[in-house]
Amino acid sequence: MTISLLLLLIFILAAAAYVIGRARALSLARQNSDRRALHSLPRYYGYMTAIWTTVPALALLALWSIFESGILTSLVTKQLPEEIRLLPANQLALVVNDIKNLAVGNISTSASDPVRITAADNYNTLVAKAHWARAILSIAAAIAGLFFGLRSITLHKRARVFVERSIMVFLIACSCIAILTTVGIVFSVLFESLRFFGKVPFTEFVFGLHWSPQTAIRADQVGSSGSFGAIPIFAGTLLISAIAMLVAVPFGLMSAIYLAEYASPRVRAWVKPLLEILAGIPTVVYGFFAALTMAPWIRNIGESIGLTVASESALAAGLVMGIMIIPFVSSLSDDVISAVPQAMRDGSLGLGATKSETIKKVVIPAALPGIVGGILLAVSRAIGETMIVVMAAGLAANLTINPLEAVTTVTVQIVTLLTGDQAFDSAKTLAAFALGLMLFVTTLILNIIALRTVRKYREQYE
Amino acid sequence: MNNTVTDTDQIASINIDQDKPHEQTVEEIVASLGDTVGETRVDNPKMSCTGVDVFYADKQAIFGVDLDIGENEVISMIGPSGCGKSTLLRCLNRMNDTIPICKVTGKLTLDGDDIYDKKTDPVLLRARVGMVFQKPNPFPKSIYENVAYGPRLHGLSRNKADLDDIVVTSLKKASIFDEVKDRLDQPGTGLSGGQQQRLCIARTIACSPEVILMDEPCSALDPIATAKIEELIDELRENYSIAIVTHSMQQAARVSQRTAYFHLGKLVEVGKTDDIFTNPRHELTENYITGRFG
Amino acid sequence: MSTEERTITQVVEASIKRRYAREKRFRLYGLIAILASLSFLAMLITTITYRGLPAFTQTFIKLDVTLDQQTLGVNDQPDIAELRKANYSGTIKNSLLTLFPDVKKRNDKKALYKLVSKGGQYELQRLVIEDPELVGDTISVWLPVGDDVNSYLKGSIDASLPEKKRRFKDNQIEWLKTLESNDQIAQRFNKTFFERGDSREPEMAGIKGALFGSVLTLMVTLILSFPIAVAAAVYLEEFAPKNRWTDLIEVNINNLAAVPSIVFGLLGLAVFINFFHLPRSAPVVGGLVLSLMTLPTIIISSRAALKSVPPSIRDAALGLGASRLQVVFHHVLPLAMPGILTGTIIGMAQALGETAPLLMIGMVAFIVDVPTAVTDPATVLPVQIFQWADLPEKGFVEKTSAAIMVLLGFLVMMNALAVYLRKKFERKW
Repeated sequence: MTISLLLLLIFILAAAAYVIGRARALSLARQNSDRRALHSLPRYYGYMTAIWTTVPALALLALWSIFESGILTSLVTKQLPEEIRLLPANQLALVVNDIKNLAVGNISTSASDPVRITAADNYNTLVAKAHWARAILSIAAAIAGLFFGLRSITLHKRARVFVERSIMVFLIACSCIAILTTVGIVFSVLFESLRFFGKVPFTEFVFGLHWSPQTAIRADQVGSSGSFGAIPIFAGTLLISAIAMLVAVPFGLMSAIYLAEYASPRVRAWVKPLLEILAGIPTVVYGFFAALTMAPWIRNIGESIGLTVASESALAAGLVMGIMIIPFVSSLSDDVISAVPQAMRDGSLGLGATKSETIKKVVIPAALPGIVGGILLAVSRAIGETMIVVMAAGLAANLTINPLEAVTTVTVQIVTLLTGDQAFDSAKTLAAFALGLMLFVTTLILNIIALRTVRKYREQYE
Repeated sequence: MNNTVTDTDQIASINIDQDKPHEQTVEEIVASLGDTVGETRVDNPKMSCTGVDVFYADKQAIFGVDLDIGENEVISMIGPSGCGKSTLLRCLNRMNDTIPICKVTGKLTLDGDDIYDKKTDPVLLRARVGMVFQKPNPFPKSIYENVAYGPRLHGLSRNKADLDDIVVTSLKKASIFDEVKDRLDQPGTGLSGGQQQRLCIARTIACSPEVILMDEPCSALDPIATAKIEELIDELRENYSIAIVTHSMQQAARVSQRTAYFHLGKLVEVGKTDDIFTNPRHELTENYITGRFG
Repeated sequence: MSTEERTITQVVEASIKRRYAREKRFRLYGLIAILASLSFLAMLITTITYRGLPAFTQTFIKLDVTLDQQTLGVNDQPDIAELRKANYSGTIKNSLLTLFPDVKKRNDKKALYKLVSKGGQYELQRLVIEDPELVGDTISVWLPVGDDVNSYLKGSIDASLPEKKRRFKDNQIEWLKTLESNDQIAQRFNKTFFERGDSREPEMAGIKGALFGSVLTLMVTLILSFPIAVAAAVYLEEFAPKNRWTDLIEVNINNLAAVPSIVFGLLGLAVFINFFHLPRSAPVVGGLVLSLMTLPTIIISSRAALKSVPPSIRDAALGLGASRLQVVFHHVLPLAMPGILTGTIIGMAQALGETAPLLMIGMVAFIVDVPTAVTDPATVLPVQIFQWADLPEKGFVEKTSAAIMVLLGFLVMMNALAVYLRKKFERKW
């Protein structure tokens, strides 16, 4: 029985539970010849029964789905011949993968191996059994819940309170997902990073000057150990982010100032949404543009004045990234500039300052904390930006500050390390998680500082 | 954001006035008020208005005002809220240039020169005609920087010593120097409301203006701070012409030599303060002063 | 006194020109900043459109194809399986040879066959399977031309180059001219682009697979993130006590909104795929990751919408004896719904354009089939763009640009809908 059919069945049961529960409450009231003898409206008894029907069944189903695959795999593995079972973990994983592929009918290289074919058959029967067990158990849970819910209906049962409490629990659970997500991020990058630092010392990673993660697949291959010094990557990230900020900050800030202080409402009404379009364009589009138009263009210009420009120069990626961040900087700055009280401007204008003097000497200094906060957020965004650099920046980890050369970034490395075909626990893939940890921690710190500054600033003028 | 210009409040209140189920329109009421009663002109005018109309988009806020502001006098402008007194005040140094929908017609002069003339420069005008606002609005800078702001802008000082001199003199003139002399490098926003307002006055004085416009300078202050400011206004009269908009009739009586009463954007009556308060000639003035409305 | 005043006026006047020049310059900088940003936007859109528009039309060649049993290699009463395997390219080749009987040399024949795209045989296959009666008949069909013909007709192959240096040879040009003079060449709307999945041949590659993948992924995202985000927003805005725990939640939400998207990809890889063993490349995992990503956006805008409902409404309902939950679900939530929907649409638009986290969970594979379920391997539109952008064939540049145009079209529609909702239900309390 497929999972969607099962879900449908459970919901049909829930609907039935609602009807029955409501009817039972009504009949109880009728026996008492007074509808008001019931504590809550009859429909709340229906809801209560429905909750009892669905929640335990769904919980069971969820738990089952989480553990099914793991348990089935271990069962299949147990029945494999010993020489396969004693293989190293990653090779065993390959075998299991083969078996699963065979089981779903994909043509596999080892289709002729009888051991695997029997294992695949075995797996298939197990899966079928498991699915039937799953269906029977969850339906049983639903029906048991239904009866339990029905039995708990009495005249004095506070059904509305029960229902409202359940909803409240749901609301609270939903709001905690944000925390769960953060915890999930921290754990997923932290655990793999720790495994990585078990293979490569932390100091080598953070202070090493040489990055070449290509490890050989077989241990006896030459140059089997890659080197994982991340300094060139950090430097590349900083270089591209710096170029981006050099574009984004002046252009974004000046646009914001023009829009907030000079533009007529009509101009503002047109230009603001247009700038927002720039912010809404997917980064993959920017990446395409950077790689296909901007990079050759910069290269041609550079070569025409006698410079050697790499075809994947940091400049091209940085410039396009900067343009992408302009609307981000401008809308954040626009907000904080508009939040500066008009009284400040009046005070300055009343003393005979010109508009630009007022802006430069009063408005911007007053808005500075907010602007700085916005810029920090923009930096965090530049550091974490992926697609533009994946498509337009290089792969080679050069340690340079020359924007015309190719450099690589943290995000580029994460993508290249994780999209290749590699066993999941090789140092190479784990390195991606270590880089992810660095990225997360850096942006987290930037974000927290930035959000604090902006919030303090807002409170000042509220 | 409660930082919008006071004028927008006034636009709103004008609208409300018109939305009331009057039998007459504002224009008709204004017409029925007749000509301004009393002496609109003085012998030695510093500034003068002739037939000034002000519009916010299509709504007229000021109707044909004639009024002089004499040298070294304090003139107070009173009237119910929304009567256009603040609007007129802001016309005097073209502060309402900052409101795009605001249009001014008629003639306003400073020392005989039309201030709405194309050749007149609003920056220079505002340096000569300073303004103090309803809510104290010191810049988020140090006390020293607040006062030095104007002189620096206009290049009034040749060197640091010069500038120090201007700052100290201005603070002294605004009778706040003794209170702040030890903390000139601390932010002006840390002062009390009354001190902030006197700092704003010092800031205005530092530009060496000829006229100072004050828009309800004491409305946000407590009585003690108000008394200090009123004292200060009296002292400042020696060197400057001052126009003050106020809600408080007592204040008008205490600080000003002449008083102008506005109603619905029309200057109803103007004259010596003593005369206005003891012997008002227009019925509306009398009603207002005796507290029948306002 | 008056002499000093004069000098001050003069002092101001002395510097006023310079100050106004500075004012003008400053204003100009602002204008330049805006114009530069907008002209970049214009440049981006025109480049993409210029490159992408040709992809929406395709050149077709009209051929009289004889579907004889012998060439097809089928018997009298062929079944479906047989028809599937039949040799359609042979019939096309025959038809070309009848048109140009002079072509005898092996190399020339090869060049001739290249006029018609390999996709032509699939077109024939489709026609014959639809109507098996066609076997044995001669039919007149429009078939797509090969990539080189396309490039030549669209001007990307420079005919003035010496023959050796270009991919499109002189004899091919001759044949094309003959065909053109016989009205056997025509430009038509490129349906293939919308009707097929990915392919290694640019003229046969379409975005249907990626579009379906995007729709499935967004569906999962919407189903998960909308109720959860609204529930979280309702709790935080209406019920949450002010304490450390809710503060923590708030900090988390604000921070998650600014975490780089690729980090969510790492989370998806480590948790959903490696820990829960969900299938790789599947829209369900993509949807899970994207919903975690869009949650903060929707929560933040939903809270703003809830906040804008005036307290008087709550007081009124509470005063009538409604419970706090009833107040929220009967009154506050319906009033805040337009704002919540606007935020949701914007969040969905973000999710639609997102690429990086999906690369992490393997949605980057080469997938020809159009996905039909959330567990099928699939790719999404932005990832398809990313993949095509990397391919060397000239034909893919225009396909990539066209796919970008489709993506931007969807984004514009979603944002327009959001703006419309906001305008329509905007309420001043």
